[in-house]
Amino acid sequence: MSFEFQASLAARNFHMSLNLSDGETVAILGPNGAGKSTLLGVIAGLLRPDSGKATMGGATNGNSNRTLFNLDGGTRLWSPPHLRGTALLAQDALLFPHLNALDNVAFGPRSAGASKRAARETAQHWLTEVEALPLAGRKPAQLSGGQAQRVAVARALAAEPELLLLDEPMAALDIHAAPLLRRVLKRVLQDRKAIIVTHDVLDAYMLADRVIVVESGSIAEEGPTRRVLERPRSHFAAGLAGLNLVTGTLTSEGITTPDGRVFAGRHDPEWSPLPGQAGVAAFPPSSVSVFPGEVHGSPRNSFPVVITDLEPHGDQIRVRARSGASEQALSADITPAASADLGLVPGMDVRFVVKSALVSVYPS
Amino acid sequence: MKRIGSSYHGIPSWVFVIAGVGGLLVVLPLVAMLAKVNWPQFIPLITSESSLAALGLSLRTSAASTVLCIVLGVPLALVLARGEFPGQRLLRAFVLLPLVLPPVVGGIALLYTFGRQGLLGKPLEAAGIQIAFSTTAVVLAQTFVALPFLVVSLEGALRSAGNKYEAVAATLGARPTTVLRRVTLPLVLPGLASGAVLSFARSLGEFGATLTFAGSLEGVTRTLPLEIYLQRETDADAAVALSLVLVAVAVAVVGLSYGNRQRNKPVEVQP
Repeated sequence: MSFEFQASLAARNFHMSLNLSDGETVAILGPNGAGKSTLLGVIAGLLRPDSGKATMGGATNGNSNRTLFNLDGGTRLWSPPHLRGTALLAQDALLFPHLNALDNVAFGPRSAGASKRAARETAQHWLTEVEALPLAGRKPAQLSGGQAQRVAVARALAAEPELLLLDEPMAALDIHAAPLLRRVLKRVLQDRKAIIVTHDVLDAYMLADRVIVVESGSIAEEGPTRRVLERPRSHFAAGLAGLNLVTGTLTSEGITTPDGRVFAGRHDPEWSPLPGQAGVAAFPPSSVSVFPGEVHGSPRNSFPVVITDLEPHGDQIRVRARSGASEQALSADITPAASADLGLVPGMDVRFVVKSALVSVYPS
Repeated sequence: MKRIGSSYHGIPSWVFVIAGVGGLLVVLPLVAMLAKVNWPQFIPLITSESSLAALGLSLRTSAASTVLCIVLGVPLALVLARGEFPGQRLLRAFVLLPLVLPPVVGGIALLYTFGRQGLLGKPLEAAGIQIAFSTTAVVLAQTFVALPFLVVSLEGALRSAGNKYEAVAATLGARPTTVLRRVTLPLVLPGLASGAVLSFARSLGEFGATLTFAGSLEGVTRTLPLEIYLQRETDADAAVALSLVLVAVAVAVVGLSYGNRQRNKPVEVQP
């Protein structure tokens, strides 16, 4: 492993450990306040945890492991931010306002001891890389948000970090500026060790090899990007992937929820179920139909819900509802005409019926 | 008034009346002094030997104390704004004390520190260094009263700038000293400049602590305010003329720092 990290910070209820191999980009997904920025702050050396340890493997031969910090077992080793090789790119570009774009990018090489001329040549190279060379002479105040963020990417890369930390780099950009930056990031993050905090599923798909979902200070699930988004095990990942997620116990034909409801679905063909194991059923809102009235008996894949919200979703209406004692949130997509016919309003008792062919069942 | 604002300001009209009285309290005495100036004799009065000596000494000592304020005040402002250590609030309170202390009291305190019988004065005297009643004493007295102006102004600038840029600079590999030189100081330069200008102005006007600690020796410790006070007894016209010189310097200083602030307007973003 090239980068190994483990830390706890009780004041923020933060307990995480993660590893990165060489050239790997990991996306950290999670709700606000889950500890994503805390993670980056601790790695960069801007925030000190109560305990933990982090090492960075050598860039090529791996025999020169560097310790970023080690607060375990009585040692108080804490390397300052400027010796860590972990450049941080934040939501705001934070370009130094008194320097032009070129000198901003040259800042890292200059700090590493390069001559003014050599640093500027490096800066020109990286500005070209992020398609911002024509902006070299401009002051940050003369740059748009997207331009500034591209220059900030060049500045971070020019410092030759061993690990690049990106804290929601696209969040402050308007929708027109984000695609260009995403394309630039896709190119420069290739074969580079990076951690990108985001809440955009598109960033995870395009930029990351692996996804880590964090919830309330610890890791809820992790795995290859595709697998996490197609087979989510956490509610947050399911929400990102636009899927409903129901947890329960596996049976031969699906799962049984804690309140005794049966969810029939298709098992993952690569896996043979062990009855009694904890599992989840995932299904898209488009597979859910809405019917009025009471449920008689307990037919399969049919359950009573209370509508909480109605909102437009493309050319459909998304019906958000809560089900059962667990108050589980579920949603259905129906046509506006159907919604009008049924006279749906928040607070109404209806029935959700899910087509079992569209329910995926897998262990959690 | 050049232009009447088009947006609602919400200030009751009686406030304008009281504000006008307040403004008059500052402006009227200056007008009264202007009326008293003996214009035909103005140039000879301010270029007399003693006047030029006092003016020269004032400018030199104020420049020296401003430099001393910057050298000592920048680190003080940095540790007060960014540091976290026990006794920080107490240190701030003590640094700001000279703002509210009568300058005469400051002069007495300095005398018991650097005077011949003082805390540091005794060993210094033994080493052959005498500070009290010298030009050095003038500079120390001025620094004592002017330092808080620089610290307050710079600490405010440091606080409002925050340390986001410093954090980024550190992750880019810059050592703390590099961050201070290439990021922090350039960012707070306007605050530092206005603090330095205020310190210079305060040094130039210093009277009480200087008289107590440094005395009034012509060409050595008799700065312009001391010269004005002495002249007032014997030659009122000279005192008024020199006062006008100090007013002119003060107006120039305030204008300079205000002009500085006006230039820092944001630039239009180009697509």
